Amino acid sequence: MNALKIIISREYISRVTKKSFILLTIFMPFLFAGLVFVPYWLSTIKDSGVRKIVVIDESGLYASEFESTAQYEYELLSNAKVTDQQSRLGKDVYAILQITDDLSQNPKSVSLLSEKQAPMDLLQSIERTLSEKVSEQKLEVLSHSDNVDKKTIAQVKEIIESGSNISLSTMKWGDDGTISETSTVVASIVGGGFTVLIYMFIMIYGSMVMQAVMEEKRSRIVEVMISSVKPVYMLIGKIVGIGLVGLTQLAFWGIMLGILFTGASVFLTNPEQASQMVAASGEMGGAGAIGAMNIEGAMASIMSVNWFEIILFFLIYFIGGFVMFASIFATIGSAVDNEEDTQQFMTPITILMLFAFYAGFYSINNPDGPLAFWCSLIPITSPIVMMVRLPFGVPLWEKLLSVVLLYGSFILTSIMAAKIYRVGILMYGKKPSLKELIKWMKYK
Amino acid sequence: MHYVETKDVVKQFSQHLALNKVSISVPKGSVFGLLGPNGAGKTTLIRIITRITAPDSGEVLLNGSPLSREDIYKIGYLPEERGLYKKMKVGDQAMYLARLKGMSRDHAHQEIVKWFNKFDIMGWYNRKVEELSKGMQQKVQFISTIIHNPDLLIFDEPFSGFDPVNAELIKQEMLKLKAEGKTIILSTHNMESVEALCDEIALINKSEVVLQGSVYSLRNQHKKDIYKFRLFTDKFDNESLNLNVLTNERYNEYIDIRVRKPLDMDQSQLIKLMLDKYKIASFEEELPTMNEVFIETVTQ
Repeated sequence: MNALKIIISREYISRVTKKSFILLTIFMPFLFAGLVFVPYWLSTIKDSGVRKIVVIDESGLYASEFESTAQYEYELLSNAKVTDQQSRLGKDVYAILQITDDLSQNPKSVSLLSEKQAPMDLLQSIERTLSEKVSEQKLEVLSHSDNVDKKTIAQVKEIIESGSNISLSTMKWGDDGTISETSTVVASIVGGGFTVLIYMFIMIYGSMVMQAVMEEKRSRIVEVMISSVKPVYMLIGKIVGIGLVGLTQLAFWGIMLGILFTGASVFLTNPEQASQMVAASGEMGGAGAIGAMNIEGAMASIMSVNWFEIILFFLIYFIGGFVMFASIFATIGSAVDNEEDTQQFMTPITILMLFAFYAGFYSINNPDGPLAFWCSLIPITSPIVMMVRLPFGVPLWEKLLSVVLLYGSFILTSIMAAKIYRVGILMYGKKPSLKELIKWMKYK
Repeated sequence: MHYVETKDVVKQFSQHLALNKVSISVPKGSVFGLLGPNGAGKTTLIRIITRITAPDSGEVLLNGSPLSREDIYKIGYLPEERGLYKKMKVGDQAMYLARLKGMSRDHAHQEIVKWFNKFDIMGWYNRKVEELSKGMQQKVQFISTIIHNPDLLIFDEPFSGFDPVNAELIKQEMLKLKAEGKTIILSTHNMESVEALCDEIALINKSEVVLQGSVYSLRNQHKKDIYKFRLFTDKFDNESLNLNVLTNERYNEYIDIRVRKPLDMDQSQLIKLMLDKYKIASFEEELPTMNEVFIETVTQ
């Protein structure tokens, strides 16, 4: 037991005192924050200068609908020829919008001429402006026909205008009868985030175990070591030591994230800043869903997530999943002599992990569907898929069954790993087949 | 009194019988040579003695009682394939290995300083292992093997990688350990060091012990009735003697000849025959070297 403690502390200390580990641990959150915020920040920087769009509206119906914005200035010409204006393209005019006919009759009679490919936001804004006007036109036409009630038309108009402003708020019925406001978006982001995190950690730290085992075998230190300690101690020491390194990193990040979050909530509850954020995120499109809610609501729904449960289960699944995969990785590392030979054994594991990862992501859309249900019970995929489901709420029996299955199979894989490991680390030369690995398990 | 005994040890790997009823007895306080061609099963036997693997049948006795888990602290094993953690500092490495052998931190530190000074590598204490030359790494490994003061030492090819000066240093340390009453098992292909160091040997060939006994008696058993004479004469004339002369080397004042004694003649007759004709400066019966014994036994 004492030897095990010494091994664990060496594996742990030699890694956490490495410069690369310390630097990565400290700067990774900044790097990550940078990855999220820099593109966002860049996207808020608009092109300098106003772009002029010449609108040649031969129908005379639409020109007045275009209102200049900070970015685009519309110059309205009703009776100009495109050919005359073409020479201005690329000089003071960015694009020419030509409308040749009534669009409600002939929807294709509009075209945009530009020297460069026109940006998406310009196209969208033109399309939106025109289609709004066209539907108005059509309604207008309809209202003039005899067999339609004017009142109905007014109602239809109202419906169309209000349609885009609906915001569905979701509530969760707690076991104790309390109703708490929830947000599917927040749950999806939290679930997705933890899935990525657990997948990354299992892969990174699992393969770190494999590297360490191979390193010991390659440097032939195993021979020296196993004359004083049981091989299984070396295996356990390695898995526990490296697992603790992972937990250390997670704990550090968790604390930093907590500080960041507190900072952000102070920032976001400042109304002036917040309204800017909302406006900006509305433009971003992807984050628009959150932006559309009011910020206090967003904070409330972030707080409504049962963080204690999620973090507790994250730790349970991280430990279970890590030990299971790490023991498989260690087995592979012990069985082969060099990096190239690991491929044969690694491929099926990687495929399984990727399957779990994708299953997790598809489960976000349907966290109680059969894919999510089964994958969150099967031990190989459960650590990853269950993390997606947790923020949406999972029945207790499923959680318990999933954890029991995971821990049961991790005990099984560790026993198998220990048996193969103790033979494998002393075998050099030919790459063993799966059949041989099974034979090794039977050695005395 | 035997310190290590293996009794009918059998070890079978999937397609290959590595050890077939191997019984060896290593006297306490001796240097015991474990010899054999590559792949004969020496390393497997050592791994069984060091409890790295278990035998399929048979038993291993250490100091008269069956080998137990605690006994590994009484064993120091320097494997043939040996390495160190490349990124670890030399001193930390020695400390780590010593503590795994059950030594306390303080005691280990004392011993490390003592041995590092003795082997002149104290200046490397805080350097990384990867910065060391192979020979220096070997020194660290040797120290790690003996640092916990074990009663049984097993060295597998201890001299490989050492220059002659350091090989001699290791040899002297081994003799010192023997003088302290430690039992040493030495596995090597270097037959000169076997003759210089070993009291007894066991020769394993094709998974079986084919030869066991003291170095002297084994060489004696394998003698070929070859005698070496140094004669004060300027010419050796074999015509009248009609002996089987193997070599005949002439020096300034004497001639060295090696002859094979005919089977029907005994030793005294041969000497008498020579003495009648020549003045004999010296006479000895030539024993085969361990190298010759080894080759003869293995290629039989």
